[in-house]
Amino acid sequence: MVFDIKKIRADFPILKRKVNGYNFVYLDNAATSQKPIQVIDSISDYYKNYNSNIHRGVHSVSQEATDAYEGARIKIQNHFNVKKSHEIILTSGTTHSINLVANGFLEILDEKDEIIISGLEHHSNIVPWQMMAARNGVKIKIIPIDENGDLNLNIYDSLLNSKTKLVFVNHVSNALGTVNPIKEIINKAHNVGAAVLVDGAQASAHFKPDLQELDVDFYTTSAHKLCGPTGIGMLYGKEKWLQKMPPYQGGGEMISEVTFEKTTYAELPHKFEAGTPNISGAIAFGVAIDYLNELGLENIHKYESSLLDYATEKLKSITNLKIYGESENKTSVISFNIEGIHAYDIGTLLDKFGVAVRTGQHCAQPIMDHFGISGTVRASLAFYNTKEEIDILFSSLKRAISMLS
Amino acid sequence: MKINEIQAEIVDEFSLFEDWMEKYEYMIELGKSIQLIDTKNKIDANLIKGCQSKLWLFAELKNGRIFYSADSEAIITKGIAAILLRVFSNQTPSDILNSEFKYIDEIGLKEHLSPTRANGLVSMIKQMKYYAIAYSNK
Ligand SMILES: Cc1ncc(COP(=O)(O)O)c(C=O)c1O
Repeated sequence: MVFDIKKIRADFPILKRKVNGYNFVYLDNAATSQKPIQVIDSISDYYKNYNSNIHRGVHSVSQEATDAYEGARIKIQNHFNVKKSHEIILTSGTTHSINLVANGFLEILDEKDEIIISGLEHHSNIVPWQMMAARNGVKIKIIPIDENGDLNLNIYDSLLNSKTKLVFVNHVSNALGTVNPIKEIINKAHNVGAAVLVDGAQASAHFKPDLQELDVDFYTTSAHKLCGPTGIGMLYGKEKWLQKMPPYQGGGEMISEVTFEKTTYAELPHKFEAGTPNISGAIAFGVAIDYLNELGLENIHKYESSLLDYATEKLKSITNLKIYGESENKTSVISFNIEGIHAYDIGTLLDKFGVAVRTGQHCAQPIMDHFGISGTVRASLAFYNTKEEIDILFSSLKRAISMLS
Repeated sequence: MKINEIQAEIVDEFSLFEDWMEKYEYMIELGKSIQLIDTKNKIDANLIKGCQSKLWLFAELKNGRIFYSADSEAIITKGIAAILLRVFSNQTPSDILNSEFKYIDEIGLKEHLSPTRANGLVSMIKQMKYYAIAYSNK
């Protein structure tokens, strides 16, 4: 398939806008992706034509909404190659998913147990586990990273033992773009009987993981990272774990029988979906998945890789520019600093040129501490970005540097 | 000079510039000439919270007037801090407390002083006023 970038860009209305008088160059895709018109329209279509609460009404429109909501679950199931649709829990996003699992393991684990967290994690895959550990006394161990931004798997081996119960790792690091060898990490954890949660927030806009083949225990992502809306995401959990874990929130939808003496919880997935969910969000999440599949994630990945190579080479030609995270295996993220110039200054001036990047710690303070820096400038590219936009980044960056030097 | 006169003077200076780049270059120049905080005061206790780049502020009272000093890792933040120092330094605590910092709109600084912006400059103004409160009873 030819990657018709012009046609693709036409699907994203926001890319036509101006910022500070310049063409908007959006290079903050790791924070959130932009949305194609198909996704945007699906939300207004829902509210205009079939808004109703789901799973409750006997009336036709409620049934239409329920079908669309459950249809989205099936799309997610198929996309990630999950065996059973009730192993997909619709959550508000990755943060919610991880908290749900941490709560689920609160009483399953105790102070004799150990959990392992990768040193590349986003705060949302660190803090819920620290909160859990503070309550049940579980010991937390960390897999360190090397100078390229890769996890040190030898040390990982030495941390694993029969006390290890859970391992957490992101599929792709948001701060550096490193793609972690999750298959190997999962296999090794399973060898000692530990379960693995993979945070896929940064991966799912770039590849399509086969969750059965990975044999992962939990996998989570946020729709907004893959062209879907904010406030919706998914948690995949193996059925046996989801059965074992207690519900996270109480409310409507998640029960099958309630008396004041006793409540019987509903079957999966409803046990974990208390209250009226984000119906339009779920439907639009499904549409976003369709959109990506139509383009083909392999095509997307190929295009983004060539864009990344182009951008990396250009940026490296700038003297005193240092890139953080140079794994052989990385997504289209470039985290960098210019010697003697603070990331905040670069980000501020790039914004004046209409170029949106992220600056700071990227919710991953431990990684910044590892490199001994307070933050970086992060340009994260998506399949709707172009070489011309990289050229604008490059020229704006050069002007910013000359203003700041 | 009174606080309002100083602000008017700064607005005048900035009005000479044609485009944002000249304004920012000037701001960066101002940052380089800031009344630097003494190294002995450049300590965590004097850090302003809420900044992506570190920002330190200190103040002392001399002859009934407050003299501020500051520093930041980011030069643009430092430039804006320098403007704030120029406006509020060498003033009495009561003048500082009764003043309004209202000309910023005109020089395009408003975006930097939005309460939701993670550069700490709004907290810096607050901290400058806290110093004024602390020193008003002395
Ligand atoms: C790797 C990673 N994990 C978790 C999150 C949190 O996702 P959300 O804010 O959508 O819950 C992010 C988003 O920034 C991320 O990049």
